[in-house]
Amino acid sequence: MAVDEGLKIELGKQGVLVTSLQELYNWGRRNSIWPMQFGLACCAIEMIATTMARYDLARFGAEVFRPSPRQADMMIISGTVTKKMAPQVVRLYNQMAEPKYVIAMGACAISGGPFKQGYNVLKGIDRYIPVDVHIPGCPPRPEALLDAFITLQKKIDGQHLTGEGRPRHLDAEAQGEFPVPVQGEHDLEPASNPGVWTVPVVIR
Amino acid sequence: MKTVEEIKAAIEAAVPGAGVEIVPNPSVSGQHSLRLDPATARAVGKFLHDDTELALDFLSNVTGVDWPDKEIAEKVKVTRTVTKTVDGVEQSVEETVDETRKRVEPGCLEAVYHLYSVTRKHGPVVLRMRTVNRTGQVSLPSLTPVWRSAEFQEREVFDLFGIVFEGHPDLRRLLMWDAFTDHPMRRDYVEPDDFDYEPTAHDEVLARAQAHKDAAGQGTEAGQ
Repeated sequence: MAVDEGLKIELGKQGVLVTSLQELYNWGRRNSIWPMQFGLACCAIEMIATTMARYDLARFGAEVFRPSPRQADMMIISGTVTKKMAPQVVRLYNQMAEPKYVIAMGACAISGGPFKQGYNVLKGIDRYIPVDVHIPGCPPRPEALLDAFITLQKKIDGQHLTGEGRPRHLDAEAQGEFPVPVQGEHDLEPASNPGVWTVPVVIR
Repeated sequence: MKTVEEIKAAIEAAVPGAGVEIVPNPSVSGQHSLRLDPATARAVGKFLHDDTELALDFLSNVTGVDWPDKEIAEKVKVTRTVTKTVDGVEQSVEETVDETRKRVEPGCLEAVYHLYSVTRKHGPVVLRMRTVNRTGQVSLPSLTPVWRSAEFQEREVFDLFGIVFEGHPDLRRLLMWDAFTDHPMRRDYVEPDDFDYEPTAHDEVLARAQAHKDAAGQGTEAGQ
């Protein structure tokens, strides 16, 4: 049940707080996103800078980097995902508890970047796991990571707890585990997870 | 530091039967290298390491080179007997014809070692070793027993070029995963065909993306 914004402010002035369970729940969720503590390449240096005093990710409630996937809410794919590392990244994502979110940071994580046509780098982690926010840049500045983080917070804030598009942990039917690719004789098998990624259509 | 000729002479004096060959470098730097016979390479390495005058105690770099099979076309004059009809009479005539003959020079794999001396402050001395061919006989003696720092670099050369180092303490792939069977730095390596999404394809990538589309029997324009 939606409460009129004007009425809410008016009641607030009288010392009455009106809210909904959804608002309260999402407010709590979005302000305590604990990232997983791991870095893959040079973007990790920018991620570390973002957590330090100058940029201070702690202002947004994400200062607690957890070294265990069991305690983390968000994965920042900070850097190049090599084909040797990709199965481990997917496995770590599977080990995280719901609700879980992914920020793909930098050119390599979103597309393979300068190594896209190489033989050993995955052409974007979104081929295996669902990514919530993509950040371009090589590497992206700490401000870009903060912006991505705020974008993620807005996304969480906008999620309805019931109905279509509700978070995965509230949907009994939703798939929370993603198949880990196998390191084959020539390449990763399969080359992408069709349930997560299909070849995008380019309109020219 | 001694010149390559002097080093070659020193090696041949110290290690009997060592087949050392000078590979000249025509560039300004003139870093000529020494090609060793794999059979005596370990003994030569030990001499270069232990010799008080050379004292090459630091191995800075190990790398590989792939020399693919080379097809050489040569023009040869050939004399042959041809049956011809001259003035209504059949007779055998000798004639000389230019013929292009092609021969294949077998390729090989080469390991290159760069050595310096920290105590003597000189270097580099470049060593090379060649395998017999690129397919079956691809083993070379490992120089890890002489220079410990060769261990990981020889593993890398094994991984990317496929040279098998005999006597290496722990010869496993270093960069690629264990189940991987190719050697990506070889000239005839074919990358996996995952050119399904190339939004900004050009040149070689465009051709690969196009080939991928054709193979998949999809649209005509790459990236679509």
